[in-house]
Amino acid sequence: MSPAADRPLLEIERLEVEFDTRRGVVRGLRGVDLSIGRGETLAIVGESGSGKSVTAQAVMGLIDVPGRIVGGDVRWKGHSLLSRSRARQARDIRGKEIALVFQDPMTSLNPLIRVGQQISEVLRRHLGMTRADADLRVLDLLEAVGIPAPPRRAKQYPHELSGGMRQRVMIAMAIACEPELLIADEPTTALDVTIQAQVLELIAGLQETLGLSVLLITHDLGVVAGLCDRVAVMYAGQIVETGSAEDVFERPAHPYTQGLIRSTPRLDDHMERLVSIDGAPPSLLAPPPGCAFYERCPIAEARCATLPPLIPIPNRTAGSVACWRATTNAWDSASVPPGELRAV
Amino acid sequence: MSAPMTLPPDETAAATGPILSVQNISVSYDGGRSGFWAHASPVKALDGISFDIFPGETLGLVGESGSGKSTTGRAILRRIGVTSGRILFKGRDITTVTGEELRQLRRHMQIVFQDPYASLNPRMSVLDTVAEPLIVHGLVASAEEAREEISELLRIVGLPRDAQDRFPHAFSGGQRQRIGIARALALKPDFIVADEPVSALDVSVRAQVVNLLQDLQRDLGLTLLFIAHDLSVVRHISHRVAILYSGRLVEIAEREALYDTPIHPYTEALLSAVPVPDPKIQKGRKRLVYRGEIVDAGHWPSGCHLHGRCPHATEKCSIEPPPLVEKRPGHWAACWHR
Ligand SMILES: Nc1ncnc2c1ncn2[C@@H]1O[C@H](COP(=O)(O)OP(=O)(O)OP(=O)(O)O)[C@@H](O)[C@H]1O
Ligand SMILES: Nc1ncnc2c1ncn2[C@@H]1O[C@H](COP(=O)(O)OP(=O)(O)OP(=O)(O)O)[C@@H](O)[C@H]1O
Ligand SMILES: [Mg+2]
Ligand SMILES: [Mg+2]
Repeated sequence: MSPAADRPLLEIERLEVEFDTRRGVVRGLRGVDLSIGRGETLAIVGESGSGKSVTAQAVMGLIDVPGRIVGGDVRWKGHSLLSRSRARQARDIRGKEIALVFQDPMTSLNPLIRVGQQISEVLRRHLGMTRADADLRVLDLLEAVGIPAPPRRAKQYPHELSGGMRQRVMIAMAIACEPELLIADEPTTALDVTIQAQVLELIAGLQETLGLSVLLITHDLGVVAGLCDRVAVMYAGQIVETGSAEDVFERPAHPYTQGLIRSTPRLDDHMERLVSIDGAPPSLLAPPPGCAFYERCPIAEARCATLPPLIPIPNRTAGSVACWRATTNAWDSASVPPGELRAV
Repeated sequence: MSAPMTLPPDETAAATGPILSVQNISVSYDGGRSGFWAHASPVKALDGISFDIFPGETLGLVGESGSGKSTTGRAILRRIGVTSGRILFKGRDITTVTGEELRQLRRHMQIVFQDPYASLNPRMSVLDTVAEPLIVHGLVASAEEAREEISELLRIVGLPRDAQDRFPHAFSGGQRQRIGIARALALKPDFIVADEPVSALDVSVRAQVVNLLQDLQRDLGLTLLFIAHDLSVVRHISHRVAILYSGRLVEIAEREALYDTPIHPYTEALLSAVPVPDPKIQKGRKRLVYRGEIVDAGHWPSGCHLHGRCPHATEKCSIEPPPLVEKRPGHWAACWHR
């Protein structure tokens, strides 16, 4: 194990989360391994329901009935956030050192309280500031996230702000305590592209000036490409690939990642037809014991019925894949008879 | 889809001229939909928009949230009245038709909704769901009677044969959207409004539905109004593209012209803001990030609705709204300075 100084800020290890539902137990996370270093920007991408938000919720201690963490660990600077004996410390860390921005600011802002006061309360609670100090700091924060006329805006209620401005208020609130890690769960999904561009620019700027680590959850590969150093790809409650943004986009190793990139329409290509991945992810009520992508995979074979481990990819500094047959061209070889695959 | 064509195109569709002509329509909603400080005066959602759609064409309609895309679709389908302007379908003024005439009209125009989870009744089987429009229009007496026809429709949209007797919860998002499309096709319409049909779907599934619509459009000779906020999807499916901004059409052109040589500053900003999924390109791209916020309907400024955010705006822009004019052959834009 490496010395504490250069170990990752956040380490998620073999994390398992289940939800009790009327139809049975949903296996939301099935052994997730992930880590984020200081100042790093990591993206989690993946299909709807693959476990991206649940991962963020587990880090923030937001898994609640009917959900529960049934295995694994989440460590912050080497200490477990899940251990009962450190529950109080974990509470302090969350919200102060680790902050979360949700997709929909309307559900996380209190509609009846002026936005300035909401931020001010965070400052007083976590940093013990006086009301007067906190109120002044609020104006700095609103200015930092690019809200014009902070004194006037601080006095408004959430519904009086546009979507983009509400998202900025959320970000202002999240960075109020100068966190070391900002988790942003689809922060721009509800916004229009021109406003989305403003918010992403803001996050990138804060990342640089504050030296923040950012965990960005999104399904938009374009957003990832502009902002992130590293990418983790989730599928059916597991991580199937990780790597540098460049490797994952240019040399994806998992057939799902390759399919995802191929099926993402691009503004800069002129193809008449989109490529798609047939089928749908498996139900997490009864996930298959083997590779979860088996049903949709163009190069699946018998051994894929057993679960492939997430292992380092040879000749890459940081990159891992969970696939027995990892190649960089699963879909090209899809129509090639099995015997000829080795030659590719 | 390489399947043989089973729904014959309507011969009555005039070969020349637009199938649909939207002429200077405006739409207002009763004021104070949300909130607290409900204001009673009506809120204008569309402000004099005009465009044509030709038979067998796909027109992409793009705009930010609240720009009036769905309102345009609703107005065309006569689900909402216009406050001014006219809508012609196959040359006939349908702006105010009612009763039996409207019912007949609806057979020719159908809609596919955005949310495949909310738009299907969870208690109706696929058979009942797809058969409902046929029953409503008195073409069959019961769903059972339509079983064969519907099995063919399901085949066309790529659903398994045994789908008929299953319920929506048994299907994935992409499959549900196929059910919605089968339902829209049941009456053999010539014109379909697809209102963000793939926005709620995963990227890997989106392509299936976009390709299906593209195939149907071509094989069945459908005319399609494809509403989206994602410019990259629209590029793949549309012949022409129209851009809405705050209730006004700011640009409309052939696909390539719009993407390669946009005229309106908003279209430029929009195109430059769409992220490209390629770190090398995306990290080095120059984006036109316009300051400021999109103004809600009801609070539109005078003049050009973009003027507060537009770097090219002059005093004229804040006073006089620019008309949509043909700047190049077939390429229309509404800007004083371009
Ligand atoms: N409160 C809950 N009750 C039951 N199941 C849940 C609950 N929250 C999450 N799940 C399940 O856990 C799995 C992972 O969900 P999660 O919200 O993390 O997906 P996601 O990757 O964030 O998807 P999306 O892109 O749609 O936001 C899903 O199968 C989901 O149905
Ligand atoms: N039923 C309604 N009553 C009052 N106002 C409405 C109603 N429906 C829409 N509006 C308003 O009309 C304007 C245009 O709405 P519309 O739904 O057409 O936008 P849109 O472009 O489809 O947006 P989105 O991308 O969010 O679907 C918005 O300002 C909206 O708030
Ligand atoms: Mg989520
Ligand atoms: Mg809409």
